[in-house]
Amino acid sequence: MEDLMVVAERSRLTATLGHRLADAGILAALPGRVRRHFEAAMTEARFRNRLIRWEMNRVARALRPLDVTVVALKGAAYLLLDLPLARGRLPADLDILVRREDLSRVERRLTEAGWRSAELSEYDQRYYRRWMHEIPPLRHPRRYVEVDVHHALLPLTARLQADDELLWSSVREVSCSRFRVLSPEDLVLHAVVHLFHDSDCANRLRDLVDIDGLLRHFGARDRDFWHRLTERARAHGLERPLTYAFHVGRRLLHTPVPAEWLNPGRVDPLLRRWMVALLCRALPPSAPDDLDLGAATARWLLYLRSHYLRMPLKLLIPHLLRKALAGKRH
Amino acid sequence: MVLGVGPFQVRIRARIAALTGFLSRMYRDFPLHPPDGFADIRVRLYRPRSWRRYFQPQVCFERDGKRIFHPFPLSHAPPLFEWGLNWCIATRAHQYLMLHAAVLERGGRALILPATPGSGKSTLCAALMHRGWRLLSDEFGLVREDGRLDPLPRPIPLKNESIGVIRAFAPEAELGPEFPKTRKGTVAHVKPTGASVRRMEESAVPAWIVFPRFQRDARAVLEPVPASYAFLRLAYNAFNYEVLGAEGFRRVGRLIRRCRHFNFSYGRLEDAIEIFDSLAS
Repeated sequence: MEDLMVVAERSRLTATLGHRLADAGILAALPGRVRRHFEAAMTEARFRNRLIRWEMNRVARALRPLDVTVVALKGAAYLLLDLPLARGRLPADLDILVRREDLSRVERRLTEAGWRSAELSEYDQRYYRRWMHEIPPLRHPRRYVEVDVHHALLPLTARLQADDELLWSSVREVSCSRFRVLSPEDLVLHAVVHLFHDSDCANRLRDLVDIDGLLRHFGARDRDFWHRLTERARAHGLERPLTYAFHVGRRLLHTPVPAEWLNPGRVDPLLRRWMVALLCRALPPSAPDDLDLGAATARWLLYLRSHYLRMPLKLLIPHLLRKALAGKRH
Repeated sequence: MVLGVGPFQVRIRARIAALTGFLSRMYRDFPLHPPDGFADIRVRLYRPRSWRRYFQPQVCFERDGKRIFHPFPLSHAPPLFEWGLNWCIATRAHQYLMLHAAVLERGGRALILPATPGSGKSTLCAALMHRGWRLLSDEFGLVREDGRLDPLPRPIPLKNESIGVIRAFAPEAELGPEFPKTRKGTVAHVKPTGASVRRMEESAVPAWIVFPRFQRDARAVLEPVPASYAFLRLAYNAFNYEVLGAEGFRRVGRLIRRCRHFNFSYGRLEDAIEIFDSLAS
């Protein structure tokens, strides 16, 4: 039991687990000494969600004079849509998306309203602006939440790009908010992109749990969802990562993907088995004392791959060199 | 080993002589739990593998496999353990509203002394503990859902001159070794009294909230304050008031309603003891 708590904490899943136990009617039956750990974690998750809601409130207020469309991404979107998976999450940042042409106006307005840019070196500023899909993170000095303003879903130099126009075409309103949200299919695909193309694979189990939560929620509501999701993935060119997500989710979390929709991408079965095995090895957190060389190797390989996907080789090598020399700063 | 400290069972792994000596002395009467049980907090202190190992030995603190804080000099392993344990509690134990306060009990009723810089809280707390008050905690007021306070007796850290003050005031007090040149100056710990440890499972009903302010040679003045003032000060003082949200508001409100609240200035410990004695009688 204690080992479970340790691993849950490391993967930032204690509160989520707590909610699942509560939903299943088991939480109340646990011995008090164990139960209060879940309850304390759920209290903290509620707090963090509250901070994000407040930050959204402040951002909405600041951007009121501007006629721009602002899309809430990830955790903020899950909160706005009141999805069950939003409970128990520990969002650290507020991620929002604006059109590239609106970006400087938004940045200017937020700066006028008190947000400050994180202090970064010149190189890092350039990295953010030109190559990443966001401006440097903003933070209002009176609060803790970082606001990441994106203008695309993937870095500009990545080899795999989501189709931005397609994204914007299906953005929709949410009641009682000036923020818009992506379509359910795009929400899933964004989470998939985030999971597989971010460089740090350790402790990404949390992200897989989110994807599983999205698939279960939307899949249960609409039988056409899987069809639309597959079509959408193909339109974006993201069938391959979606395939991996389906298989890894099914293997690790028993995500109920209908058999006929399991392979949206025409991925070579051998390659697919290899990638899925690697991911299943890398995603779950290792116990603290466990050296777990297998997982470490898997994570390292995926780290290389994800950087390779992010940038062409001619940019990647100098970038990695710089990072190595500067020490771990990101 | 798994040490029972107040409501928490702490699994401690360390092979550091200075720390083992400190623990066996300062936590002598605390319960030990079977190693295969469920521990609430897991900490490890270890010597990092670095080139400094031999001429500037250091010690690191880890919770659940993740390092917390910068390394300390090896000889400061005990204060590192104490501060680290505080951090572990303050960052996770949100089943409580956690006040940053000393709490002592007499006759079943608890005295809450919220900490502010210059309050002399720890010195006052150590003194009261040796004058008939049971120590609940020198650092954490653990307010439960039902409004009662749970004990968390720990070695009380004293800084610089306070060490001498307590030695003089309470010669019977058991003090641990002195640690010079820590971030807070010289630090030494007062062992919690036997009674405080024995009654570690006994919660207390809050009765008085007193905001202390130490001023050398000042007259002792205990002055009642309005509820609104006490509410705001207590809420700001708590470690996790915002985390608890509405529930934090509710618990502070109930504390304020149930307790008498005062500002207190003092210059001599003896005066303080007298005033609190009369409060409790």
